[in-house]
Amino acid sequence: MKITLVLNGAKRVVDSAPGVRLLDVLRGPLQMPGTKEGCGEGECGACTVLLDGEPVNACLVPIGQCAGRDITTVEGLGAPAHLSPLQACFVQEGGTQCGICTPGMLLAAEALLRRSPRPTDGEIREALAGNLCRCTGYQRIVESVRTAATMRRDDGGHA
Amino acid sequence: MGKSKRARPRLSGTDVPRVDGAAKVTGRAVYVDDLPPMPGELHGRAVRSPVPRGLLRGVHFDSSFDWSDVTVVQAEDLNENIVAVIVDDQPVLASDRVNHVYEPVVLLACEDKRKLARAVDAVTLDITPLEPVLDIETSLSGDVVVWGEDNVQKRYRIQRGDEDIDAAIERCDVVVHGTYATPSQEQLYIEPQGVVAHWDEQGVHAIGSIQCPYYVHKAFMRALDEPANRIHITQAVTGGGFGGKEEYPSIIALHAALLSRKSGRPVRMVYDRKEDMEATTKRHPSRCEITSGCDRNGRLLALKMSVAMDGGAYVTLTPVVLSRGILHASGAYQWRDVHIEATAVATNTPPNGAFRGFGAPQTIWAIERHLDEVARRLGMDPIELKTQNVLREGDTTATGQVLRTSVGSLPCIDKAVTKSGYYEKRKRGPIIEGRKARGIGASVFMHGAGFTGSGERRLKGKAAVDLLPGGRLCIRTASTDIGQGTETVFRQIAADAAGVGLADVDFAVPCTTHVPDSGPTVASRTVMVVGSIVERAAREIGERVAAEQSARGGTFAAAGDRLLAEGEVTSLLTYEAPPWVNWDDDTYRGDAYPCFAWACDVAEVEVDLDTFEVQVTGFWSSVDVGKAIHPAMCKGQMEGGTLQAIGWALCEEVIWQGGKVQNPRMTNYIIPTALDAPPFHTFLVETPFSYGPGGGAKGIGELPMDGGGPAIAAAVEHATGLSAKEMPLSPERLLSLSISSSKEAS
Repeated sequence: MKITLVLNGAKRVVDSAPGVRLLDVLRGPLQMPGTKEGCGEGECGACTVLLDGEPVNACLVPIGQCAGRDITTVEGLGAPAHLSPLQACFVQEGGTQCGICTPGMLLAAEALLRRSPRPTDGEIREALAGNLCRCTGYQRIVESVRTAATMRRDDGGHA
Repeated sequence: MGKSKRARPRLSGTDVPRVDGAAKVTGRAVYVDDLPPMPGELHGRAVRSPVPRGLLRGVHFDSSFDWSDVTVVQAEDLNENIVAVIVDDQPVLASDRVNHVYEPVVLLACEDKRKLARAVDAVTLDITPLEPVLDIETSLSGDVVVWGEDNVQKRYRIQRGDEDIDAAIERCDVVVHGTYATPSQEQLYIEPQGVVAHWDEQGVHAIGSIQCPYYVHKAFMRALDEPANRIHITQAVTGGGFGGKEEYPSIIALHAALLSRKSGRPVRMVYDRKEDMEATTKRHPSRCEITSGCDRNGRLLALKMSVAMDGGAYVTLTPVVLSRGILHASGAYQWRDVHIEATAVATNTPPNGAFRGFGAPQTIWAIERHLDEVARRLGMDPIELKTQNVLREGDTTATGQVLRTSVGSLPCIDKAVTKSGYYEKRKRGPIIEGRKARGIGASVFMHGAGFTGSGERRLKGKAAVDLLPGGRLCIRTASTDIGQGTETVFRQIAADAAGVGLADVDFAVPCTTHVPDSGPTVASRTVMVVGSIVERAAREIGERVAAEQSARGGTFAAAGDRLLAEGEVTSLLTYEAPPWVNWDDDTYRGDAYPCFAWACDVAEVEVDLDTFEVQVTGFWSSVDVGKAIHPAMCKGQMEGGTLQAIGWALCEEVIWQGGKVQNPRMTNYIIPTALDAPPFHTFLVETPFSYGPGGGAKGIGELPMDGGGPAIAAAVEHATGLSAKEMPLSPERLLSLSISSSKEAS
């Protein structure tokens, strides 16, 4: 069945059985391999994307539920030549090591900063509690988000 | 008139932005499963044994299933049915018997992934079960022999001082005995194992999530009977390894390559999390028994220790794990008389393998907990006891190694203890508020950097630096970046050595066709050992170009281009171990490692006295890294490694039943989240190692795994009086300890 959605600001149409995971549609026909699969059961958060601005595990969302909705993946946050403050901070502050959890982590952080521009460290950790990282120990991820929050506020709230 | 070599600020010691960072934060880094499907690509899967031990009578393919588009590979399809590691005991595919649950027997490939899953279910293995051995004690008893003559895969012994260790102990004022245990642990890299293989006129190609491309290369030469130049193994961007992708990828890559050869099509094999957690290697479980003697002033004198590790069904890397385990078993301390015996035994469980620390975390847990008990008996603070006895420069280790250089033990202890307020908090005693009890504890530890003993000399690791047009360099090495920052730190080292800028240095993708064998990305050797070869090679290139500049003038780039006009300009060098490193493999005496990294960890915990949940509320870590080439990355290694140690100590445990993993999912194998991680206070101490690159860097990647567990156990003991000698300190185990200690008290 044909499903129309908005992906990173652009209208896209996919032809898919409605029960196929959003994760597979993103990585396959929509050619957005930035969203990763770590566990396939909604535990690790590596597949986090924003669905109408809310963070969801794409491995648990059937594509049929995405009709007419707005999806943001890591590819929609910025490009290598134009990193968003959040992305730049992850690079600068050691928020990324092997990088496999990074896309999901960035989307969860983006959702947090949109609704809470002045998060405390506790709020950052709570918002990222559904994103597992095995490399960093989380400290530098929290620092990256905190620094990015300040940069975004200084920039008048732009992402 | 040429310009003199440009003076640039040194990159070593600065936090340059990660070179691969931009790709990773924009979702453009290409991990193996991000590679677009190759034309005609098939998916591959293994059919695995459901029982831990048995005779394989036959394999039945359901005749009602449509096998026409399914490729089948069995043991007879192999040229040599051996996974080449150390001992030739592990088949690629089981042929007449199975020795662990999940042992691969049949390989299947199909273009349709869902049909492939149905095909796996349509294969029946006809196995006559045999009695399995499932734990260390049963294996040691020898009642049932499942490996070799007596289940013993490897033995080592370290002996120093008085050979009659029992007599030496008896002469001591204070004798303490204890037994300690550590469980299986899963590496849980967030990117599962995966490989894509294909064949063409150049031979066989495999690209995957791989720490050691040349290990896979060696395994292919053996099992596929192909010559070295027809095997092309490439590392894709890798989402974590921690040792779990050291030796295991040889197996998944062989599986994909076999299916590809038989089908004539490319084959992609990517594990789902459950298969990954069940079938791949994990940390060796251990049991240690220690009897020690010291004088009443706390001087450590005599140590008798027996170490047992569970190797699983096949040897794989067990001899090296056991080696590192025994070499760290006496801890960071000076002993007069030492007698340690270490034994690795086989069980009918999936083979255990490399996991950060590689045997040392197991034995360091034991010795640290033991000395905590010794301190208690002496009425001393454990850190007072440990500081008194810690090895210093000029001291001699249990293998007779004189620590001639780079010993940061005392500055590390001093820093961690000062910054955490350890002694004041310790003296105050546990703070109990309502149902929460807070305590503080510490550990002191060292970790040998590089391969053990004669390992590096035998390995003869190589690295190359090429001069490219425009005054640029390219580093060619088999060392992989698996998150720890190789691609960035090697560029810093090379740029400094050659006198060029960071952006002037390329890092070749580790593909065996193009890069020399630098040895594996393991053993905390990448920066210290391979980085030192890169440094020498880059320096040589820099000097050649500078000489050309002096002779005929011009910029570095112009002089370089003139040299290139005459031919290739490459420096390919082999590792040179420090000349004084002397190790005897037979007696297990001498210089076990060129140097050690040192650390002191302090943990603050809060224990809920109703639920026995433990929260780590603060963590201080002071680490002697020799020289921090990239300080933020050094701290990143400490923080990440410590959190893995915290997970092992508190909530990670592979639960086995009948040789099967009961919790092969992230739902019920728990690793720490951002809410579980404490605030880390990490302090880098630098006592340079003169043979280390960048101004004296030592290997530190595995060190943090050693200290977290004992520091937390000491803190929990301070908070509650409960002394755990087994990990993890789960609520159930702490409750059980609490019940048995109140029984003892009454």
